[in-house]
Amino acid sequence: MKTEFKLIADLIETNTRVLDVGCGDGTLMEFLKNNKEIDIRGIEISKSNVQQCIGKGLTVIEGDAEQDLSQFPDRSFDFVILSQTLQAFLNPEKVISELLRVGKKAIVTIPNFGYWKVRLHLLMKGTMPVTRTLPDEWYNTPNLHMCTIKDFFSFCENRKINLYKSIALQNLKSSKITNTNLDLKNLTAVLGIFLIER
Amino acid sequence: MNNNMNLKKLIIDKTLKLDCGQTINNFPLAYETYGSLNEKKDNAILIFHALTGDQFVSGINPITQKNGWWSYAVGSGKAINTDKYFVICANVIGGCMGSFGPSNTNSETNKVYGTSFPVITINDMVNAQYNLLDFFKIKKLFAVLGGSMGGMQVLQFVSNFPDKTKIAIPIACTSSHSAQNIAFNELGRQSIMADANWLDGDYSNQSKNPDKGLSVARMAAHITYLSKNGLQEKFGRKLQERDNLKFSFDADFQIESYLRYQGSVFVDRFDANSYLYITRAMDYFDLVKEHDGNLSKAFEKTKTKFLVISFTSDWLYPTSENKEIVIALNAMGADVGFVEIESDKGHDSFLLNIPTFLDTLKDFINTSYLKNTQ
Repeated sequence: MKTEFKLIADLIETNTRVLDVGCGDGTLMEFLKNNKEIDIRGIEISKSNVQQCIGKGLTVIEGDAEQDLSQFPDRSFDFVILSQTLQAFLNPEKVISELLRVGKKAIVTIPNFGYWKVRLHLLMKGTMPVTRTLPDEWYNTPNLHMCTIKDFFSFCENRKINLYKSIALQNLKSSKITNTNLDLKNLTAVLGIFLIER
Repeated sequence: MNNNMNLKKLIIDKTLKLDCGQTINNFPLAYETYGSLNEKKDNAILIFHALTGDQFVSGINPITQKNGWWSYAVGSGKAINTDKYFVICANVIGGCMGSFGPSNTNSETNKVYGTSFPVITINDMVNAQYNLLDFFKIKKLFAVLGGSMGGMQVLQFVSNFPDKTKIAIPIACTSSHSAQNIAFNELGRQSIMADANWLDGDYSNQSKNPDKGLSVARMAAHITYLSKNGLQEKFGRKLQERDNLKFSFDADFQIESYLRYQGSVFVDRFDANSYLYITRAMDYFDLVKEHDGNLSKAFEKTKTKFLVISFTSDWLYPTSENKEIVIALNAMGADVGFVEIESDKGHDSFLLNIPTFLDTLKDFINTSYLKNTQ
């Protein structure tokens, strides 16, 4: 977690306005606030999480990102963060386009379904993968739209979204993803971190 | 109504121009304070009361001998901790707990004003209370907050005085009184006016009181403060001190008896004309229209940090209306948080002991104050 947070922090410039979409209990927001001179807000669907955020002195709005992002004016944030929640939305495509409307840039992180352990699990066991980063069973997982790093790459290409920076995270090690090493990173990375813009 | 009580009053000598066009001066504003103002004068909280509230937020109300209306939230060690903060609350103008209102005597005629009292608005109430800042020599409040009509005053205060409070907490309120809410208020007013003792508002001068009308108004309003589930859970179809229906129009059901009781105790502490004036002020409240249909304009210059709070079962000032405020603030890029509290107690929730609500309030206030001192 900490490594992901650090990588996200490195992508954000100081003195900017940042929105954390699906901010949970505010752990990432707090981390960014303590490590970076930024004005950060959050939006979160769970009441108890929102209450915890308020307890931490964070500015958070209770709401559903699939509907409530519409209240923010165009380009009202410099960065919009979506950390490991894209796969949980009913309509991820719409959410991405909202992120890129509200924010000048968006930082999206995804658990990589192309990770070799995930592939091996399905290949060898023949059941839906359950791993440390994907701990739920198929019948109770909040993850409706799993994708791989490669999927996300081609999605961005199709939708003419500029992949500004792509980072693969494997355990504690991070590395750049390029078109040439894409197949390899798609196999070895647990998490993909992307800085995108329209 | 309580003209003879020994209430704290500030006599406002500045002229106040009311929205109706009339001006008033040298009028009383009754207030109460809790805790003490620190040396830096940065710990003052102004609380605005709702329709039937008064300045006695906490402790024992000297008129009713009951706990103050927000005792759960305000006091030593509570969400709004009076050991730490200096809490001020004033009776609104138009009210009947010592502030300038229709039950006051007009010195020119030596008669009680009644309906010759000018119609007042939420804006007038807020402008009158603003004088408290000068009186206490407070440059900037730490917080303004209130529920229901109190929340409307919060919004009006921030709109009128964009840099006069560090934080603002509008609770269970709206930026524009809905048709449904105007309808309920009109029901209450018509009930008072239908009482033969109302005498076109002149009852005090003729030693009468429209108790029946005022009590029915209160009963009707009280239902709107609760929720269907809350009522069902508390009363159901339980009978009042009897085993069988009496086949009469007595209060067979507990809910009937409860409402009658609420009505009867209300008339002892509230003036019928004040009820007319204050409900009218709520109906006239429309911060959206005041800003040409764009609520965001109301908060254009604000530097205040907001937390908007609503309750799941509040159908009088529902979450959707509270969210309109959040949306308008976000459109301005204002610092605004929002949470909807789970409760089956209806609109009344903000007055009750609901731990998640009180904890949220406490956390927001304390973390914001911490930043204040940094």
